[in-house]
Amino acid sequence: MSEKPITGEKRVFMTGNEVVAWACLAAGADIMYGYPITPQNEIMHYWTRQIPKYGRKFLQTEDELSAGFTTVGGVLAGLKAFTATAGPGNTLMQEPMSMAEMMRLPVVTIVQQRGGPSTATVIYSQQEVTMTTQGGNGEGIRIVYSPSNHQELFDYTLKAFNTAWKYRFPTFVLGDGYQAKLRESVTLYDPEERGYVRVPSEKYVGKPGTPGVDREPGHYRNTYNTEEELFEVLQQHITDYEKMAPEVIEYAQDNVEDADLVIVAHGVVFRGVRDAVKELREEGYKVGFFRPITLRPFPAEQLKVIANKTKKLLIAESAQGQLAKLVKDAIYGATAEIVPLFRPGVGITTEQIVARAKEVL
Amino acid sequence: MSVSPQPAMPKSWRAESKPHKFCPGCGHGLVLKCLGEAIDELGIQDRVVFGCDIGCSLLSWDFFNCDSVQTHHGRTTPVMTGIKRANPDMICVAYMGDGGGYAIGIGGIVNAASRNEKVTVLLANNTVYAMTGGQMSPCTMPGQKVETAPYGRDPEATGMPTQGPEMISAITGDGAYVARGTTSNLKQLKSYIKKALQNQIDGRGFSFVEALAGCPTNWRTNAEKTWAFIEKEMTQYYKVGEKKNPFEAKKEAQQNG
Repeated sequence: MSEKPITGEKRVFMTGNEVVAWACLAAGADIMYGYPITPQNEIMHYWTRQIPKYGRKFLQTEDELSAGFTTVGGVLAGLKAFTATAGPGNTLMQEPMSMAEMMRLPVVTIVQQRGGPSTATVIYSQQEVTMTTQGGNGEGIRIVYSPSNHQELFDYTLKAFNTAWKYRFPTFVLGDGYQAKLRESVTLYDPEERGYVRVPSEKYVGKPGTPGVDREPGHYRNTYNTEEELFEVLQQHITDYEKMAPEVIEYAQDNVEDADLVIVAHGVVFRGVRDAVKELREEGYKVGFFRPITLRPFPAEQLKVIANKTKKLLIAESAQGQLAKLVKDAIYGATAEIVPLFRPGVGITTEQIVARAKEVL
Repeated sequence: MSVSPQPAMPKSWRAESKPHKFCPGCGHGLVLKCLGEAIDELGIQDRVVFGCDIGCSLLSWDFFNCDSVQTHHGRTTPVMTGIKRANPDMICVAYMGDGGGYAIGIGGIVNAASRNEKVTVLLANNTVYAMTGGQMSPCTMPGQKVETAPYGRDPEATGMPTQGPEMISAITGDGAYVARGTTSNLKQLKSYIKKALQNQIDGRGFSFVEALAGCPTNWRTNAEKTWAFIEKEMTQYYKVGEKKNPFEAKKEAQQNG
């Protein structure tokens, strides 16, 4: 048995991609299938440097279609398999992920968002929200975490493997280029020492015994002969998803009780929002924040309560309303006015958020 | 009264899913029979995972008493590669048609072949996209009339048919097994499929068998014309035989050494 990747606690200063690679090691991920695309490449770089010490595996495929489908294969064989991608790669990855949705395969994918549409920039955006939460043809039967700093990148990557294998839905960690590339302090830890119990993986194919003799064969398909047959399968998936949602949904909020304005943001943009709210409060403005940590399932009920109390919701995102769509859907019928701060493909500073808030207050 | 006995089904076939769902006269049943018998003779039913593509091949999703995964169009090879990389003890069989293998799935096949992945790919070549109603495939013969080339395939406009085994034998490394068989010679086809599986069992390299197979529905042929098309027309262009044979190479090496 190979040694543990992390023992005790380690305070380190590293990039987000490196943090992800360590989180996957610590989570007990067995194999990564990947294809290079900026800004996620260093996840593969760090993974391939570390894995000989811990008996893990890696395959570099010919494109993201194959990276996604080989990851699907790895999960079918019963390994904790994952992949990582961004931008146009995420576009291609939606095909294998729709198969994972149909077959309930706990594939874990790290997305480090870059600018879009198309190749756009290799740097940063929050423009992969719609694709990552909804993706493919179907209902988006998947889980998406949006971390906002390196500590969360570590925590939620770890968590993603357990959520995926517990509920058997494809699970995404939606980071971005800033998180991927910047260095900051983070505490890596041995998850077991903090009471993290690994949800075991399980083989879909290759279980002991001879199929048809000692056991039923595992016959997995995603093509159905009749509409009713598909409907029945989807009803089960959707029922399971809705049952799971309250257990998985995560969010953060502060200063919302008396707020005239609540700022909604996710991912790294939330950092600016947190500071902006602090600054505005110090100046006497009644401002709070709401931050969805799971973008799918979305903390709809929790946000709706706020949207019925406050006057305005300011939605700050590095996209042209992708988070806003999720918000509008979630709070439909609520009384708060929606005010946008959309900056597709570029970052948003605390100063910009403060200025916009003062403008609309 | 004597009743002529039904030909025996391979043991690895799943009786519950028979009769199968392919059209009468379809070549898939024959290729899958060869595969079933090969699995029986090699005694690997407990280790095989069978992956099928979209297109007619998807109808084999519950064909065997083996674990099976029905994938997307063109993506069977990567899924089987993923399984094999995760669990090298499994015998991974990717099953597809000429569309799934040579058009939408060519990237997967070529790169799996280049990497010499230890998987076995079986490809039924019936010269058309059959499930979707008879459109032109990479293997449609020059002059052959299909739905998207109603006046016959014109190689000037659409190129010549893909020579799969020839290409794959050129790009694979040592240890790969590559052959083209035909449903009009089942004994030979089965021997190729068996070697393609044995090659994987031995962990030698990529294994690939193309099988010339009939599609009377889309060809609009009767039994006689179906066989004539396979035997007289297809084999003119698609040469049957072993293209790369590590078993022979091994034998030669033993004789020389």
